[in-house]
Amino acid sequence: MYSVKEPDGGTPRRVSEQLITLEIDGVRVVVPAGTSVMRAAAGIDRRIPKLCATDTLEAFGSCRLCLVEIEGRRGYPASCTTLVESGMKVRTQSEKLAKLRRGTMELYISDHPLDCLTCPANGNCELQEMAGVVGLREVRYADDGENHLNVVKDESNPYFTFDPSKCIVCSRCVRACEETQGTFALTVLGRGFDSKISPGNQDFLSSECVSCGACVQACPTATLMEKSVVDKGQPDHSIVTTCAYCGVGCSFRAEMKGSEVVRMLPNKDGRANHGHSCVKGRFAWGYATHPDRIKKPMIRRSITEAWREVSWEEAIGYAASEFRRIQAKYGRGAVGGITSSRCSNEETFLVQKLVRAAFGNNNVDTCARVCHSPTGYGLKTTLGESAGTQNFDSVQDADVIVVIGANPTEAHPVFASQMKRRLREGAKLIVIDPRRIDLVRMPHVEASYHLQLLPGTNVALMNALAHVVVIEGLHDEEFVRRRCEPAAYEKWKAFICEERNSPEAMESITGVPAAEVRGAARLYATGGNAAIYYGLGVTEHSQGSTMVMGIANLAMVTGNLGRPGVGVNPLRGQNNVQGSCDMGSFPHELPGYRHVSDPVVRASFEQDWGVELEPEPGLRIPNMFDAALDGSFKGLYVQGEDIAQSDPDTKHVTRALESMECIVVQDLFVNETAKFAHVFLPGSSFLEKDGTFTNAERRISRVRKVMPPLAGLSDWEVTVALSAALGYPMHYDHPSQIMDEIARLTPTFSGVSYEKIDRLGSIQWPCNDKAPEGTPVMHEDEFVRGKGRFVVTGYVPTDERTSRKFPLLLTTGRILTQYNVGAQTRRTANVAWHHEDRLEIHPHDAEQRGIRDGDWVGVQSRAGETTLRASLTERVQPGVVYTTFHHPESGANVVTTENADWATSCPEYKVTAVQVKPAAEPSMWQKRFGEQQRAQIDLLPGHGRS
Amino acid sequence: MDAHKLVKMVNGIAAFFEADPDRNAVMESVAGHLKRFWDPRMRREIVRFVDEQGGEGLKEIALLAIRTHRDKLL
Repeated sequence: MYSVKEPDGGTPRRVSEQLITLEIDGVRVVVPAGTSVMRAAAGIDRRIPKLCATDTLEAFGSCRLCLVEIEGRRGYPASCTTLVESGMKVRTQSEKLAKLRRGTMELYISDHPLDCLTCPANGNCELQEMAGVVGLREVRYADDGENHLNVVKDESNPYFTFDPSKCIVCSRCVRACEETQGTFALTVLGRGFDSKISPGNQDFLSSECVSCGACVQACPTATLMEKSVVDKGQPDHSIVTTCAYCGVGCSFRAEMKGSEVVRMLPNKDGRANHGHSCVKGRFAWGYATHPDRIKKPMIRRSITEAWREVSWEEAIGYAASEFRRIQAKYGRGAVGGITSSRCSNEETFLVQKLVRAAFGNNNVDTCARVCHSPTGYGLKTTLGESAGTQNFDSVQDADVIVVIGANPTEAHPVFASQMKRRLREGAKLIVIDPRRIDLVRMPHVEASYHLQLLPGTNVALMNALAHVVVIEGLHDEEFVRRRCEPAAYEKWKAFICEERNSPEAMESITGVPAAEVRGAARLYATGGNAAIYYGLGVTEHSQGSTMVMGIANLAMVTGNLGRPGVGVNPLRGQNNVQGSCDMGSFPHELPGYRHVSDPVVRASFEQDWGVELEPEPGLRIPNMFDAALDGSFKGLYVQGEDIAQSDPDTKHVTRALESMECIVVQDLFVNETAKFAHVFLPGSSFLEKDGTFTNAERRISRVRKVMPPLAGLSDWEVTVALSAALGYPMHYDHPSQIMDEIARLTPTFSGVSYEKIDRLGSIQWPCNDKAPEGTPVMHEDEFVRGKGRFVVTGYVPTDERTSRKFPLLLTTGRILTQYNVGAQTRRTANVAWHHEDRLEIHPHDAEQRGIRDGDWVGVQSRAGETTLRASLTERVQPGVVYTTFHHPESGANVVTTENADWATSCPEYKVTAVQVKPAAEPSMWQKRFGEQQRAQIDLLPGHGRS
Repeated sequence: MDAHKLVKMVNGIAAFFEADPDRNAVMESVAGHLKRFWDPRMRREIVRFVDEQGGEGLKEIALLAIRTHRDKLL
């Protein structure tokens, strides 16, 4: 259940222009039509007793506790399922009602353990509370009757227990799993006295439960209870903060005892998540205090030496002196920095400021390079801003939802639950993905079209869709004429109408039947409000930017922009990847996406920072590696990013890292990149710092410190210290001052402040004079660039082709329970669900190669080879294989290549030609990796040689 | 910087802008993209490769773009 202090109106809030006036206990009440009597009463502080009702779920009317008397009506209706009517007169209390409620409670308690004082829910149990509220004084039913007091607990789930002996079968958990999460993993088995909650006649861990915690939250008793609360007791205070995992950016209440987290509860007021969560944010926060955390700075002169623990002063001083030595020897451009989405807006802003003002160059880049940089390029070119156009709530107004190259039930689960809610209401779904993702067909959700294209053919398919729309006259000519550049439109229209872009011409390229493409195009163009959601299956391609522009073209030509329910929605993967881009952590752009060559923009920063800035673009991450091997880039400051694991062509990356003279890694753990580092600066988790994150809907939310930084300094303080040691002091007492500077220098952020964020809860940028409270939906009256710009998107096949030697195409993705390189989630109990990366292969391809489910297989590309266990599945089509990359020993990036998006150098992770064959032993790379792992552990203080 | 890698990158850029039938516009766009997004050492290297080795492997339009806008790139 929620912490006690959260008010619960009993049934969901309704919004209506029609207002109803009624009388409750003699008090005149006015509420929107559709409001329940229970909620109307709660509004005037008449809290009608309840057990099966809660305001996050639709009313059910089963507990029979919330009965009321209504003048002129017979009987005692349940107030949760009774809607208000004009002139209604309600009594919430009477002698008869009191007797009925006591009787009901007596029945509940007759089959419930009387162990309140030792129960983990003691003091925070709705059943206990209701027993007190109704004045229960005795339970007359015999002790020797049948009961459920000895039913065995299910402790299979690593995070919560299920104790059926305490269950009152209110079905809140079942309804939470249906309505909130949309997984339908729970049911009520049996009838009457035999009724019991069941996760499908198996234990929770084996079931379809995705461990989102919605049932635990909804449970009014101790039946479903966090193990952390069982162990530690009830929390005594809570602090609102923001999740550090994916780009949904869920708002949480960190429930604490002192400075120890007891549990993370999703915040009902969170505008992105509305009180819901997933297994990662809800439960997998233990990595923050994992024994692997490095708490002291370390240095070493070479990467084969043991690490030496030193003071902060010595580590920072050494790093600064090395950077200056390298610059003196190799030139100003020989050093740079890489930021990540792990860190806050303020911290990323400081790193790019350090690189520009202290290093004196623009060699700063961020993790978006390898994921959504094509989004930045593509949407800026077509619409004028490097960000998605809508808020998440917009999906509730969509009639047609298109999901391209994304797997939201795995990678954006809380948003996916919102999307599924809309789909259950009747919105249509088109999925464009080489793999049959869960969303194609799952409980109460089925895609109208699954266009299962071959990897690398996105643009061909997108052009075919647009071709149908224009040729069949399904486009919105009026919108285009009013909102888009005419010359660019005419050029694009002439191109898209060419026969070579027809579904029939493209069928042999994409592998998608022309009739399916035509059907999907017609549905998108004529089905009402149509919204496109896309992920890395769009961007991580050699034509990633082209595809983003193709998506924008399609949205513009059908008029699906500028209002709720439509739009182009990049599902940014990480908690602050949007923010790290917004903060100008790019070699070519200052904060707010303004080019470094712009003299007016540059002058504003020069004036504020008191230093002249470089007008030429710097090195992107892949270019840093090439320049390192070339001998012109020798020093790197990496904050929160593990490039040795996450970047493609691992051997190339590690050769580049080995060739550098000073790598400074600032992170929580000794990761793959740290093995090549000379300075390790212990980082701070999201629980240990103040700041802000910006999620995929441009929503800036507060991150609040709930415990002191384990290593003594927050990440932003480390960067300030390093900058000072480099001779460029920065003066901040608190991250709010950094945000004030960001607002001062960045027009889209000019109205942002911590005071405003605290007042509003969160703010979606742009937030300025034109939009003082932020901008949920962009491009409403005009595009940011004025008129939308159509761009010709010719299909150019990738260089990565299958051949006799490499006849299969490998594509990659993510799984719900692990997160990216796994640095956080591998250090939590989430390994119970995904302890290894596997290769998905179609049974036909497997049979041809003599591979059975669970066999070890070698995956070889022109870049390298690794070994994984195989999983046979028809999710992938013949000719396509798939894997995840959450475990470093899997070596997924040993086989990915240097191919990249033409515009942004975003790696083409999604298309690699491979061969797969049975393997008797790990690959050479994996053997060396294992040796290196052991060697590096020996170099840590307290181990082996150190 | 590995010139052959740079060649591949320029060819990818040219392949996108080639959709424009106006060749001058294509050359302008290719050179403009390099100027906007490439570190000077990368631009110097590709110009050197064209000057000293004739730009072997470059698409014709890409080669022309670099030669025509050489001064802008340096």
